[in-house]
Amino acid sequence: MLQVSIYRYNPETDSEPSMQDFQVDTGGKDLMVLDVLELIKTQDTTVGYRRSCREGVCGSDGLNMNGKNGLACITPLSEAVKDNKLVIRPLPGLPVIRDLVVDMSMFYAQYEKVQPYLQNDTPAPAIERLQSPEDREKLDGLYECILCACCSTACPSFWWNPDRFIGPSGLLQAYRFLADSRDTATDERLAKLDDPFSVFRCHGIQNCVNVCPKGLNPTRAIGHIRNMLLSRAT
Amino acid sequence: MVRSVTSFGRSGLSDWLVQRVSGVILLAYFLYIGAALIGGVDYLAWREMFASTGMRVFTLLALLSLAAHAWIGMWAVSTDYMTERLMGPKGNVLRIAFQIACSLVIFVYVIWGIQILWG
Repeated sequence: MLQVSIYRYNPETDSEPSMQDFQVDTGGKDLMVLDVLELIKTQDTTVGYRRSCREGVCGSDGLNMNGKNGLACITPLSEAVKDNKLVIRPLPGLPVIRDLVVDMSMFYAQYEKVQPYLQNDTPAPAIERLQSPEDREKLDGLYECILCACCSTACPSFWWNPDRFIGPSGLLQAYRFLADSRDTATDERLAKLDDPFSVFRCHGIQNCVNVCPKGLNPTRAIGHIRNMLLSRAT
Repeated sequence: MVRSVTSFGRSGLSDWLVQRVSGVILLAYFLYIGAALIGGVDYLAWREMFASTGMRVFTLLALLSLAAHAWIGMWAVSTDYMTERLMGPKGNVLRIAFQIACSLVIFVYVIWGIQILWG
């Protein structure tokens, strides 16, 4: 029997959060953590968590499993469990709405700040804006982000300044549009990033790289943004 | 865009660059001093080393680098931990008091250092 400890908090009835223990029969299989949560849901229907696609595409079930952020649906027990124990907590640093469900407003507000859409002031062509295969390649490792918030909520700089530091996820997206050959707002985008908080709260500790379930590298993208700022301002 | 009036250069990029360059200068200075110490110096040799203008200028450069480096670092620490988000309104008072205290201490060290070098 797997020992699972789950963070419980219902702000309407509880004065403070607590941990609830469950025993789960995994049948000796290497289940995903999400499967374990579903089994727990059959024991106690009040456990709250987000999930949708159950295959690492939607980014709904970002959780903290035995201290490490990740997507419950694609994290096998063999990777997460230590000494037959599994502690599941909500993503750190964001306000808890209930149990494992966090309020992502601050995360989305930072995403919104980087204007994550193509901006082009030249007349639109008849069919579509073309891009060479080489230019398209520059977006690899950037466009795959699913906004699960595992990276930003693993970042101490984001914990202390979620209202001012854009965070690894938002900055990866910022670079995705800075690197896009079809975007013409590069200067305006960069001008908004040259303050002491938005980009430069990144101290390069790479927690984001360590936890990204899609294997992306926000620290490298932040380095590219810094270089773009540097080459324009010196 | 987040405005700040107490950061070293008022710009994240400038602070970042100053932090990196001053770090390299400090590394070079302490390697130089470390090599001299490992090589073994007595009072006279040490005195003679600091009597040369080149060494005094290098030391002043390191001292100013240390001042800038320390200010940028302490400013980042204060704006991480001493904030209204984490401590309520008293965080703002504490942060400003801490920043003033840091700048005074750094100022004293710079003046004191200059006095030692050319006194």
